[in-house]
Amino acid sequence: MLKIKNLQVGLEEENKQILKGVNLEIGEGEVHAIMGPNGSGKSTTSYVLAGKDGYEVTDGSATLNGEELLDMDPEERAAAGLFLAFQYPVEIPGVGNMTFLRTAVNAQRKARGEDELSAGEFLKIVRAKAKSLEIDADMLKRPVNVGFSGGEKKRNEILQMAMLEPKMCVLDETDSGLDVDAMKLVAKGVNALRDGKRSFLVITHYQRLLDHIKPDFVHIMADGRIVKSGGPELALEVENNGYADILAEVA
Amino acid sequence: MAVSQPKMDGASALAGHYPAPSGAKWAHDARASAMATFMSQGAPHKRDEYWRYTDPSALTAVPTAPAALFTSDEKPMFDGVDRVRIVFVDGVFDAAQSDDLSLAGATIETLSSAVNTDIHWAKDLFGQLEKNGQNPVQRPLAALNTAVADEGLVIHVTGKCEKPLAIRYIHNAKTSDAMVHHVIKIDAGAEFTLLESGAGAARFNSVLEVDVADNAQFHHVRTQGRDHERKTVTHMFGRLGQESVLRSFTMTVNGILTRNDAILEFTGDNAQATVAGACAGDGNGFHHDDTVFVTHDSVNCESRQVFKKVLRNGATGVFQGKILVKADAQKTDGYQISQGLLLDDNSNFLAKPELEIYADDVACSHGSTVGAIDDEALFYLTSRGVPRKQAQDMLVLAFLGEAIDEINNDELADDIRDRLAAWMERRHG
Repeated sequence: MLKIKNLQVGLEEENKQILKGVNLEIGEGEVHAIMGPNGSGKSTTSYVLAGKDGYEVTDGSATLNGEELLDMDPEERAAAGLFLAFQYPVEIPGVGNMTFLRTAVNAQRKARGEDELSAGEFLKIVRAKAKSLEIDADMLKRPVNVGFSGGEKKRNEILQMAMLEPKMCVLDETDSGLDVDAMKLVAKGVNALRDGKRSFLVITHYQRLLDHIKPDFVHIMADGRIVKSGGPELALEVENNGYADILAEVA
Repeated sequence: MAVSQPKMDGASALAGHYPAPSGAKWAHDARASAMATFMSQGAPHKRDEYWRYTDPSALTAVPTAPAALFTSDEKPMFDGVDRVRIVFVDGVFDAAQSDDLSLAGATIETLSSAVNTDIHWAKDLFGQLEKNGQNPVQRPLAALNTAVADEGLVIHVTGKCEKPLAIRYIHNAKTSDAMVHHVIKIDAGAEFTLLESGAGAARFNSVLEVDVADNAQFHHVRTQGRDHERKTVTHMFGRLGQESVLRSFTMTVNGILTRNDAILEFTGDNAQATVAGACAGDGNGFHHDDTVFVTHDSVNCESRQVFKKVLRNGATGVFQGKILVKADAQKTDGYQISQGLLLDDNSNFLAKPELEIYADDVACSHGSTVGAIDDEALFYLTSRGVPRKQAQDMLVLAFLGEAIDEINNDELADDIRDRLAAWMERRHG
């Protein structure tokens, strides 16, 4: 599914290397988690995969089912099946949530040569999916993320993911700013999308999200590299001992 | 202050260019007075305070430069609205293309017919609101219009009109030079909606004088034609009585020069006025100017000015908005916002917000911003698969939408939004 090889990335505007050779391979249907201290390059990895401006890839590659993501515009990556759930979903005044969703779904369908969904078909699907995420009609009508609570914003991300049906989902600190109940609801939404084919990369600081979204593999990132990989038990080790022990061990 | 030679020469050339229309004594007097005003002011010049950001020479040149005709296969604006349809071709009323001048709740005449009637209610308004609006800021092209215009409508609204009156201005001759003057009197408690669309002429000068009596309402939605080479100057002079409402919205795309003046005066308490505009300009030939002057001279009135301009490829947008609150106009609520969205480094937005307040118990606020497309929002949209150009259009429409929201008629507002969206989509084929 997703293959990241020796990914090296710096900032465009200053001479600073952030990713120093990231290697990661995620197979079909797998759930991988990346944990790591602040500033280790976790969010940068997600942004670079999604195609955000401001980063300069100096070496390496990231392919999705054999296609080089790094050569594509963000919308092409989305159409190819990549989805990034933002840590801080952006508020867009004046653009209705529903209009945005429908435009996005149809743009992707169009890019893949599929028929666009009619307003009626779309509405039916979105209503059903919104309901399971406890997103009411009002939230669908409001401008994108404007006036949404932290939990509402994250649920809205998961709704977009559910509607767009990506192959590869990257969740960037989806648990940040959520209380336990909100986190459970979000995790439930994510788990509902696990179908044995769709893959996930879950970026988080804390082990608690991984209680609800159970990973197959856990990676520890530090200083722009993945320094240790293992099974779910690695997340527990972080929870119990912090990062210091692991970092000392690999240093 | 002495008027400079170029301004005097310009005024003489313009005055000699337009034939003097005939009319009854009252109309003749109003026109003569306006011509005297015009000649004393001189033609507008780019050194004038209110023309500093907009070079008026295309509006004062004699004769006017030709403008290519714009053709489009799309439906005319407001076509789906149940309305009384009036057509002016190159500034001349076209009875054959128009519906009958008949609207329940109103009496409609042509200006040329009204001014030839010896005793007519329009005597008290024709050229009068324009004259009131000449102070403290001179509007020479409005005075010129009063002096020479023989085309337009004279409308007396006595009831609540169910249907709007929709005027479509068709540009048909490449060198047409139109002067159109409308007078609207809305009686106490009456309601009237005016829709205007189209470029109208190679050069189009219009004056709209509207007297909104106590408890009356005037709604105005206008789209200015897409002819790229047209020059347009419009003036709306509004007088608002007690508890009256005036709402005006204008959408402008294309045109090498557009100057929209709105001059409103509150004369009765508890009235509300909104002037809003959405403008999309493309190319260094595009120049668009909204100049608004709202005078509060009564208690507890609310005024709003909401202007949004999106500019690209060297286009220029100008906003000059003033709120004048006189000493007795306590409890005034004046609001003014003007915003420019620049899609590249070559475009310009120039804003001159002014507040002049003599009352001590008022709530007035104003803001003016200029900025680029929000990169974070653009990335968010594209990361969901929306192509970059389409995402940019969505953000542009959202930006302009805040001005379109000032139209309190969903059908008309949706029509305007849909048109804008379609035009944008057409741009990138």
